[in-house]
Amino acid sequence: MDRDVVIVGAGVVGAAIARELSRYELDVTLLEAGPDVGAGTSKANTALLHTGFDAKPGTLEARLVARGYELLSEYAPSAGIPVERTGALLVAWDETQRAEFAGIVERTHANGYRAIRELDRDELYRREPKLGLGALGALEVPDEALICPFTTPLAFATEAVLAGCELRRDTTVTGVERLPGGGFRVDAGGGSLTTRHLVNAAGLRSDELDRLLGYERFTVTPRRGELIVFDKLTRPLVRHIVLAVPTQVSKGVLVSPTVFGNVMVGPTAEDVPSKADTSSTAAGLDYLVAETDRILPALLDFDVTAVYVGLRAATEHADFQIAFEDGYACVGGIRSTGLSASMAIAEHVREGLELSAAPRAPRPPPRMPNIGEAFPRPYREAELIASDPDYGRVVCFCERVTRGEIRDALASPVAPVDLDGLRRRTRAHMGRCQGFFCGARLAGMLAEADRG
Amino acid sequence: MADGPVAIVGGGPAGLAAAVELRRLGVGEVVVIEREQDPGGIPRHARHQGFGLRDLRRPLSGPAYVRRYADLARAAGAELLLETMVTGWSEGALELTGPGGRSTLDPAAVVLATGCRERPRSARLVPGSRPEGVMTTGMLQQLVYLQGLPAGRRALVVGAEHVSFSAIMTLAHGGARTVALTTAQPRHQSVAAFRLGALARYRVPVWTGTRVSAIRGRPRVKEVELTDVADGSTRTVACDTVVFSADWIPDHELAVLGGLDLDPGTRGPVVDAELRTTTRGVFAAGNVLHGAEQADVAALSGHHAAAAVARYLEDGDWPARRVPILCETPLGWIAPNAVSGAGVPARGRFALRAHSFVRAPRIEIEQGGRVLWAGRVGRVMPGRSARLPHAWVSQVDPAGPPVVCALRPRG
Repeated sequence: MDRDVVIVGAGVVGAAIARELSRYELDVTLLEAGPDVGAGTSKANTALLHTGFDAKPGTLEARLVARGYELLSEYAPSAGIPVERTGALLVAWDETQRAEFAGIVERTHANGYRAIRELDRDELYRREPKLGLGALGALEVPDEALICPFTTPLAFATEAVLAGCELRRDTTVTGVERLPGGGFRVDAGGGSLTTRHLVNAAGLRSDELDRLLGYERFTVTPRRGELIVFDKLTRPLVRHIVLAVPTQVSKGVLVSPTVFGNVMVGPTAEDVPSKADTSSTAAGLDYLVAETDRILPALLDFDVTAVYVGLRAATEHADFQIAFEDGYACVGGIRSTGLSASMAIAEHVREGLELSAAPRAPRPPPRMPNIGEAFPRPYREAELIASDPDYGRVVCFCERVTRGEIRDALASPVAPVDLDGLRRRTRAHMGRCQGFFCGARLAGMLAEADRG
Repeated sequence: MADGPVAIVGGGPAGLAAAVELRRLGVGEVVVIEREQDPGGIPRHARHQGFGLRDLRRPLSGPAYVRRYADLARAAGAELLLETMVTGWSEGALELTGPGGRSTLDPAAVVLATGCRERPRSARLVPGSRPEGVMTTGMLQQLVYLQGLPAGRRALVVGAEHVSFSAIMTLAHGGARTVALTTAQPRHQSVAAFRLGALARYRVPVWTGTRVSAIRGRPRVKEVELTDVADGSTRTVACDTVVFSADWIPDHELAVLGGLDLDPGTRGPVVDAELRTTTRGVFAAGNVLHGAEQADVAALSGHHAAAAVARYLEDGDWPARRVPILCETPLGWIAPNAVSGAGVPARGRFALRAHSFVRAPRIEIEQGGRVLWAGRVGRVMPGRSARLPHAWVSQVDPAGPPVVCALRPRG
């Protein structure tokens, strides 16, 4: 066997699994069809670290989100993943929604989360004075948090790679086969390799990979979610994650600060036929603007900085689709809670695979460059600039990203290959000008890194 | 009077012209803070001719124009702090970040000359995929002229202002043919000489009444969907580059951080005729005040601000209150947009823009129902300013309600 474990898919879930397994004496390969880690569904989600308060009690998802929250809350500060515990407010805009409160509180308690409490109208508006008119009250979930959706999978992948995990990007799996004597053959990127264990973390394509091995368990229907991100000048307008009361179809549109200091509105929820169609739509954007006008109208005095579209890997089942059979782990149907649950999913997969490998000597997680607004950033650190003037050279003005940070990202263990990758690692090009000032210079730096 | 230098934030035409004039007027210490590696602002990468006609009285290319200004500023004794960004502003002190470290500057007066930028595709909420090849003219110019990188093969330019026509030339330089210019407006918004020059040389059609309704393709742009504004019909055009030009917005982040009031029309700081903002000792000049005017107009604005700064340093006078000037739709903005005292605005005029084209409109400027001025101007439109006189300012009641600028009869 070439490898002990091959993991297909380097989204946040696959990367978390790679990290988890890399802590043991195992030869692990992480295959990613796209150009980068965390560049599919993982990059365009609502970027929240959920407590799991509103999951369906008794489900695997409820258990793994709650456990994932614990694990990631502990991991994030040591790895430099920005997390801000703003708390969430679940706002009722009509009596029907308010009537749901009792059931939500009951479900939350059944999930073992006790800190939820109801706020009356006056307290709600005291806490969120810019909220649109007509809110009746809210449920407060004080432990809901913002998290960086870009740094998280990169931290996992970096830790894995530093521990010896092989990461292959731009490598699509074209075939898999269970070998007669145990183990698997994986055809990918024009070659093939054999492995004792196979982990399917292929996200939107997890059903297809599962079928290649002869299973017929679930079908992924991409659910498109469009998000709009407002200018940083709006950040003072909202303090909490403002959630909608969930319905059958989705959790509804939320208004939330981001760790980068913006305010985000979304997502829409629309089943689409294509697993590649991450286009925004006029109808979706119109809807989000209308929802913004209703929930937090003051946002509309400012420009939209960016539009993101993600495809959630929804299936016909309500719960995560995680199964183990003779060295194969299928990790499918992971939807928007995948980021929160990622580390718990990884733990669950390691246990489920029943690997008999000795743990490696523990090592601290890698220290990822901070790109969160609430934490020290290089341009603000006089000592750092004194030691290296490139940390004082701001290249991306809107996001205040320095030349030193860009240089570091281009030389990092999991380096970016394109502008999008550089953006997710540094915030360069993420801001309000969308490259008017720095886009060309960044393109030049990338071209130079490519040549060098 | 506070000691300390005059800090000019932004080393483009407005900031550099202000620096030159402040030194000429005998102001001791003048510091220009520029976040780019080189001074000059946007003309650094606008290689076409036509800069400097109104101020330096000679035709220059953009880079030559700003090199000249930077030389003048240095020769005049102004200090240029390059690669230095104002990253904070509280209690009057500017926090500076640059390769030399972090420092604080406590200036006697500030001139904000941070300029403007084009609204990118996302702010215009154009749906579709997010491919490579979508950019503003500012990025295009830097890509082609500063980085020497290619600009695609077939480009569509969104917008029909001066800068949109200049994009045709930049694209050609970068190896791309421009398929067309599009504007949702019924007409272009450039001056004839400039437009005809570009069109004759490159034979590019201007598709008016046309909106970009979607961008498709991945990883690079493949096609653009266009919608006819009048009848809603759509068609697609193949291209690999889309340039979002014009639709300028002041780069007002620092103005907001500094607590200056913004004008709802311009989205730049509120200023009176002497370019005084709502914060004592803080002036603003050039294109941070409103959507872009040409570089020489911005420079003249900086020149005008310098005179006001020098007077302020002399006498310390600052208006206790000001009367805002509001625009009624379809008028978009007026600048200056506040009245305090009887100062004469830069170039002896108010600039006025509209959201749509109105030919030979009758404009009324009134305060509390009292008409201060009424008359016709040639045409108001987006993207290019009409000129209004200023003598009516002396009739404004300083204790009265806001002044309103409107079309009559109502548009």
